[in-house]
Amino acid sequence: MSFPKHLSSSWQLHGEKIIAACGLIGFMNRDKSLTDGSDIIKAIANMKERSNGLGGGFAGYGIYPDHADQYAFHLMYMDESARVTTEEFLHEHFSIVAAEIIPTDPTAHVHNPPLLWRYFVDVEAASVVNEDESDYVVRLSLEVNDRIEGAFVSSCGKNMGIFKGVGYPEDVGEFFRLYDYKGYTWLSHGRFPTNTQGWWGGCHPFGLLDWAVVHNGELSSYGTNMRHLEMYDYKCTLMTDTEVVAYTIDLLMRKHGLPIEMVEKVIASPLWEAIDRMPEDERVVTEALRRVYGPLLFNGPFSFIIADSERMIGITDRIRLRPLVVATHGPTYYLSSEEASIREICPEPEQIWMPRGGQAAATELYETAKTTNKEEVVTG
Amino acid sequence: MISYSSPEFEVEIKDDLCIRCGACVVNCSFDALEHDEDDDRIVANNRNCVDCRRCAVFCPTLAINIYENGLAFRKHGLWTNRAQREINKQAETGGVLLTSCGNELPSTTHPIYWDHLLLDASQVTNPSIDPLREPMELRTYLGSKPDAIEIDDQGKVKAPNRPSVALETPIMFAAMSFGAISYNVHKSLALAATEAGTLYNTGEGGLHPSLYEYGDNTIVQVASGRYGVFDEYLKAGQMIEIKVGQGAKPGIGGHLPGEKIDAEISLTRMIPEGTDAISPAPHHDVYSIEDLRQLVMSLKEATNYEKLVAVKIAAVHNAAPIASGIARAGADVIVIDGFRGGTGATPTVIRDNVGIPIELALAAVDDRLRQEGIRNQVSVVVSGGIRNSADVAKAIALGADAVYIGTAALIALGCTVCQRCFTGKCAWGLTTQDRQLNKRVNPEEGSERLYNLLRGWSIEIKDILGAMGVNAIESLRGNRLRLRGVGLDEETLKILGVRPAGK
Repeated sequence: MSFPKHLSSSWQLHGEKIIAACGLIGFMNRDKSLTDGSDIIKAIANMKERSNGLGGGFAGYGIYPDHADQYAFHLMYMDESARVTTEEFLHEHFSIVAAEIIPTDPTAHVHNPPLLWRYFVDVEAASVVNEDESDYVVRLSLEVNDRIEGAFVSSCGKNMGIFKGVGYPEDVGEFFRLYDYKGYTWLSHGRFPTNTQGWWGGCHPFGLLDWAVVHNGELSSYGTNMRHLEMYDYKCTLMTDTEVVAYTIDLLMRKHGLPIEMVEKVIASPLWEAIDRMPEDERVVTEALRRVYGPLLFNGPFSFIIADSERMIGITDRIRLRPLVVATHGPTYYLSSEEASIREICPEPEQIWMPRGGQAAATELYETAKTTNKEEVVTG
Repeated sequence: MISYSSPEFEVEIKDDLCIRCGACVVNCSFDALEHDEDDDRIVANNRNCVDCRRCAVFCPTLAINIYENGLAFRKHGLWTNRAQREINKQAETGGVLLTSCGNELPSTTHPIYWDHLLLDASQVTNPSIDPLREPMELRTYLGSKPDAIEIDDQGKVKAPNRPSVALETPIMFAAMSFGAISYNVHKSLALAATEAGTLYNTGEGGLHPSLYEYGDNTIVQVASGRYGVFDEYLKAGQMIEIKVGQGAKPGIGGHLPGEKIDAEISLTRMIPEGTDAISPAPHHDVYSIEDLRQLVMSLKEATNYEKLVAVKIAAVHNAAPIASGIARAGADVIVIDGFRGGTGATPTVIRDNVGIPIELALAAVDDRLRQEGIRNQVSVVVSGGIRNSADVAKAIALGADAVYIGTAALIALGCTVCQRCFTGKCAWGLTTQDRQLNKRVNPEEGSERLYNLLRGWSIEIKDILGAMGVNAIESLRGNRLRLRGVGLDEETLKILGVRPAGK
């Protein structure tokens, strides 16, 4: 495997935009009940047509109850020296509570995996100066990706992890033995990249702190979005749309504190024509959002699902060039590229619908579930 | 003194087609044509012809043709036709060579970078969008934007309280003063800007009382001579533009000769009739960036912080740090006018040798403002040689918020780029204060031509957006990934932030 790296800070001349189409599915048990990883594997396998064996991946939330308060760093290494350098770096900036090889099934149909490690780390209050803890973690994980040759952080959130690699998603899921994990939210992604360079780090989901993103489509506005994010110190090193989506959501929701109803108006803004017709109060807000965040409008075909420890959101572009289906069944909320894959694991959902273009399908844990640490196991 | 220069042009009057109507004689304001009563034929004084083509266009039988003088100049790479003519002219007059319009140097020596940039389109992996079926949005807001939206305790959005102005198309009319151009041209611009939902710029010459009603579509300019500047003028438009420099004459002031200062001009410029209107090279209250800040802030104070304040500079070598200083001095809009920018009058030596191409200046300024994290604080407007909708689209992709067009607007009204604006004899009635010549521009028809031009370009920009698979101009702005360079060296590509075609 190879790790594309910046040759210089001038992205324009070196990076190559990665173009991919895909299948996605995610579900959240809003009561925080736990499901093992076999369901999500089954669901994504149903959309095999949407991937071509060049990438698949999963994100699971609630999978590390024993280390729920530590940042779980999932690392990919090209070689031992990358591991040594990275571990020195992590030691320097964090206190490592546990370090282990991520268990895998060597008989699964994946080839040439990198070295896969995970670390559960605490942040010492003294190391964080002039920034908040989450910025500190984000900054350092971006630094690993940017600076350490042959090392890649695939996720760094709490009580969550991202498992991804080159192959069909169901094979990647088996390789990572996901049936051994239990989580309340699962996302998955099957990839159909149109450039052939499959590399493990470039697969999806993309993670940033607790955020995980799976994405289908191509942002025709990528260059605009990316250059705007650079002003807020997000370095888009992967040249993928998914990275841009994650950074945008992070900026808008975590840093600028926008609720999802406003975020949808930024990334899939209503047309000016519609804004002009809105009732005055709404018009003022929507116009302000578009004026301030115009460069973060996602243009071109996309649907994506993004989740953190409490929320899961699905959205398509404003003229709905890519599919998204929503379903609910009891406490479980489903988002998928295709209805069939939802029915594969939930044959008779109580409700099923397709949201309008640009309208977010957003859900979150039940209030009671947010505070409790329920460990009840429900296998599906 | 006899001129050693041969005439530049030759007028051919096809005698078999000519009906002796005399339209050409009446139309020529340069005294190059005459009706010879004795021979009953039209004769040309080639020496006076400036090749403005007015006579040829208005000849009802199309009997007139104009050629470059065929008299051979011995081919010489260094002592060219132009070099010899200029020396002759100066040897005969001892003066500064004057010219008008933008830099005319050939693209072989002075590349037009727009022509080395190619736009992208979507195929398969992202679909193109059909502008005939889907809405395409060009609306553009100029003005300073906060980095983040403010939300109060109740979760309500506080609307940004900074002034802004909405353009329905990202193309504005550049500063051209009443004095440099005629009242009818000003009125044409005002009407067209109103119709198209954009802005026109008064230039430094005040605003005629009858044009105040178009204030919602007006930019008022404050330049070094401060002509026509007073309280009501500052409040008349949407934006106040402080003109520091101009691409056609960076570092040079302006001079409107007394002969042009008639009653109307005197009224709007607020100077006595017949006096020269001299705009000094610098503003005499702006000798530093902190002085500029004071001027910006005092204009804001004078207008109750309701107007945008723009600062216009010529694209010079250090444009990027200067632009950064302007942003930090509190301007809402930075205007950069490139090497090929037009003018009514400029010393040829300045026009053709000072400044840098707008494409490079724009790329450098946009990069610098982003590196410093202050790109949101200002809008960037560029001008200087924008010829068509593709130039507009490329400028926006490089990072501009909007563009100004000056020469293109005048061409829409008849200008043939003969580069004789400074003579005040414009046969098309554009750059003259001769009241007879001025009648050649009818504001109703003129505004229709200008509006048509903006409409045509806007539709083309929508086509470009649709082909790229985006439906809002925001998604093109600064999107240099949708540009590729052809025939450019590596260093230039780096400055433009654009990859070579094929990569």
